[in-house]
Amino acid sequence: MIRDVTRLKETPSQTAGPYVHIGCTPNFCDIGGVYPHDLGSKLITGDVTGERITIKGTVFDGTGTPLKDALIEIWQADSAGLYNSVNETRGTADANFTGWGRSPGDMDTGEFTFETVKPGAVPFRDGRMMAPHVTFWIVARGINLGLHTRMYFEDEAEANAADPILSKIEHQNRVPTLMARREEDGVYRFDIHLQGADETIFFDV
Amino acid sequence: MTAPADDRPAPGGESEPHFTEKKHSPGQTPGGQRDKFGNSFYMRDRAWHPPALTPLYKTSVARSPQRAPLSFATTISEETSPVFGNDVLGPLDNDLIHNFAKDGAGAIGPRIVVYGRVVDEANRPVPNTLIEVWQANAGGRYRHKKEGYLAPLDPNFGGCGRCITDENGWYEFRTVQPGPYPWPNGPNDWRPAHIHFSIFGHAFAQRLISQLYFEGDPMIWQCPIVGTIPTPEAIETLVAKLDMGATIPMDARAYRFDIVLRGKRQTLFENRMEGL
Repeated sequence: MIRDVTRLKETPSQTAGPYVHIGCTPNFCDIGGVYPHDLGSKLITGDVTGERITIKGTVFDGTGTPLKDALIEIWQADSAGLYNSVNETRGTADANFTGWGRSPGDMDTGEFTFETVKPGAVPFRDGRMMAPHVTFWIVARGINLGLHTRMYFEDEAEANAADPILSKIEHQNRVPTLMARREEDGVYRFDIHLQGADETIFFDV
Repeated sequence: MTAPADDRPAPGGESEPHFTEKKHSPGQTPGGQRDKFGNSFYMRDRAWHPPALTPLYKTSVARSPQRAPLSFATTISEETSPVFGNDVLGPLDNDLIHNFAKDGAGAIGPRIVVYGRVVDEANRPVPNTLIEVWQANAGGRYRHKKEGYLAPLDPNFGGCGRCITDENGWYEFRTVQPGPYPWPNGPNDWRPAHIHFSIFGHAFAQRLISQLYFEGDPMIWQCPIVGTIPTPEAIETLVAKLDMGATIPMDARAYRFDIVLRGKRQTLFENRMEGL
């Protein structure tokens, strides 16, 4: 039987624009009373299992200027490596952890902050384990298609060395752009550079 | 908000391309019984989307990555995504005319219902997915401290709303038609009337933000942001169509806007465990 290979075209992307916070974090930009709270403001909703960490970072443009109008979303597994998703078939994720966070960044500095847990490793398609990582998605004025990337942990050297995606990267000298650095107990810094010598590796995935 | 439902074309009816829909529970991806590790999504067609660098939209110049993105097939990290149930929604979340208004008041402007269907590239409905929208008021003014347009705020209009698609991928919300407005780019650039959309889908690979435009608006074809999209064919898919058949008589006109998210690759061996 011949399959119908007709496919629809994906809806083309458009920039999130300068007012993405009105739609996605309205309480943050003084539109109160419509939603009780901004979605994604808490990943931890109860007595969560795992190591609590804080992720902080800033998105910089090609001139080195911090973006103050971006929206940053993260998506990650729980400490056991399970996603809180209907598509997770390997088990049930920690009920006190959503795995998804959204930050409008600080109003004055643009710095984003996520209070989360360190994710466990999850399997690659062939069963090898990927190093613990957090998926990032960045949208803002001037970004025509949301940018995907991943944050890995610099202090997971052994797991990172065996990671099937990190090891595939041609320019290994750029791999550090995906590494969060531990600053003080529990705080990891992950700055994102849209351009320049330190341009973050973005994913076409 | 129920009127459009009465006039909707029946799913699978003559106006809808036919597809075979697998039985699935609410909240599950159609075809969710398949092994998630052996399949991936259709790769994103980057010639169809706007490129990162579009100099006529000036802000993109310093914010566009210059190195080639790293391509790889999706993994479980991209094939999963957060879940939002209807318990997230308040009763007025899909009614922008009233969700910020004082008691008994409503937003000023042409009243419209926006409705449509979210499907994937294989034309399978995407049920139970969150859609967030935001827009300027009828005068073209956003409620935002960084907004400097001289058109006045509407005290009864906030500009945000959200809804979740039903089991067949349908969504709807009520609002006022936003106005066009000038913006700092070229010396005299104007945005066409538009509504911003954020859609989650069922996998982070499907995550998408775009904009809805209105049929017949001549400003669409003058806009540098619209112009970041390479082809008129792709732009046309962002133009909502006036649908008089779905209007609420003596109340609101209706615009239909369908959304297509990336689709999961189908294999001939759907029930075979692959990968792991």
